[in-house]
Amino acid sequence: MWPEGIESVTQAATAFTIMFGVIFPAISIGWIGSKAMESIGRNPEASGGILTSMILVAALAEAIAIYALVVALAIKFV
Amino acid sequence: MNLQALKTPRGRLTLLFVVLVIGGLFAVGVLREEAELPAISLAAEEIPLPFSLPFYGNHIPNTLPSTFLTMAILILIGLAYNRAQRQEGPPSRFRVAVEAVAEGMLNFMENAVGEKAKLFFPLVATFFLFIAISNWCGILPGFGSIGVWALPHAEEAHAAEHEGEEIAAEPGEELELIPLFRSANAHLSTTLALAIVSVAAAQYFGFKALGVSYLNKYLNFRASSPKPDPTQKGLQGIVSKFARGIEIIVNGIVGLIEIILEVLKVLPFSFRLFGNIFAGEVLLFVVSFLFAFVFPVIFLGLELFVGLIQGLIFAMLTLVFFSVATTSHHDEESH
Repeated sequence: MWPEGIESVTQAATAFTIMFGVIFPAISIGWIGSKAMESIGRNPEASGGILTSMILVAALAEAIAIYALVVALAIKFV
Repeated sequence: MNLQALKTPRGRLTLLFVVLVIGGLFAVGVLREEAELPAISLAAEEIPLPFSLPFYGNHIPNTLPSTFLTMAILILIGLAYNRAQRQEGPPSRFRVAVEAVAEGMLNFMENAVGEKAKLFFPLVATFFLFIAISNWCGILPGFGSIGVWALPHAEEAHAAEHEGEEIAAEPGEELELIPLFRSANAHLSTTLALAIVSVAAAQYFGFKALGVSYLNKYLNFRASSPKPDPTQKGLQGIVSKFARGIEIIVNGIVGLIEIILEVLKVLPFSFRLFGNIFAGEVLLFVVSFLFAFVFPVIFLGLELFVGLIQGLIFAMLTLVFFSVATTSHHDEESH
């Protein structure tokens, strides 16, 4: 797919794609976790429901990183 | 751990067997030749067949066998449950386990959407079971490692066949190992099909619950402001008529955007599942080539968790779509 002789460019593109793609989901997952812990601290009886929603939303945020990973793999291997 | 059991002859034999198997695995790991990382393919590889199938021709994607494996597992569980249900006497362990899973799912859905859960249960629970079980099947040993050697690109193989040649390696062309099994959801077509079914079913449930008024969401040419007084003259009358016209146009555009959003919803829905499962496969691949033993087990556990969570997310989002589609627009306004 790529022309010959630009391997270093595709390598760098892969690295930067996954780098920028992972920063923001990382921040958001940390935020989701901190908010969930905070609300469990305020209302310990609701911890079951909060944990379930937390895992759901964290997985949704993680999916953004997965998009970046798929794009990075596509740059590297396709 | 019951150490007493190890002192019987049978226990010692079992222990010997386990030690031999583990030792054998280590010996293979140490003595094996330096293995190369196989090519990772974003698209599902095509398995060449010796015969021709009606829809697929001479090649089937390697996610097809694992999709059928998942379906076989689910159907067998269903048949076995049907038999266990008809048995007299106290319920068997198997029956209790199946009922516990089904009840757990129903309770979870009732917590989320209330009494509508029973209507959505069959489809949403099927999504969950299918996705979770096919993800779990994807980490069975043999997935991605047992395969046939063939030309990597199906088109080239097709071309070779049309010219009447054998499917064999040309001098410059290398044969690649094409795995016979690949996790069903690591194929974009599978997840796209699931997403289309989910979005289409949301439209069906919307029409079923609201009738023709469901279309109001998409084709909305009514203004919510009161009709202007036709006797009103002068600048004020013109302004109020103009504002009403603008509102109708904006509502029409919002309906158009709703239609586009509904269609586009399929994309992130399918990419999320595909991306997670495909990335998991690549992760397991890479980790098991870096460290042959023990360490990959942690990632196998992670993949078990991710597979379950992805099934849960897909089912939950489907449930939310259904719930939104069956809620009338006017109910929200009257609140």
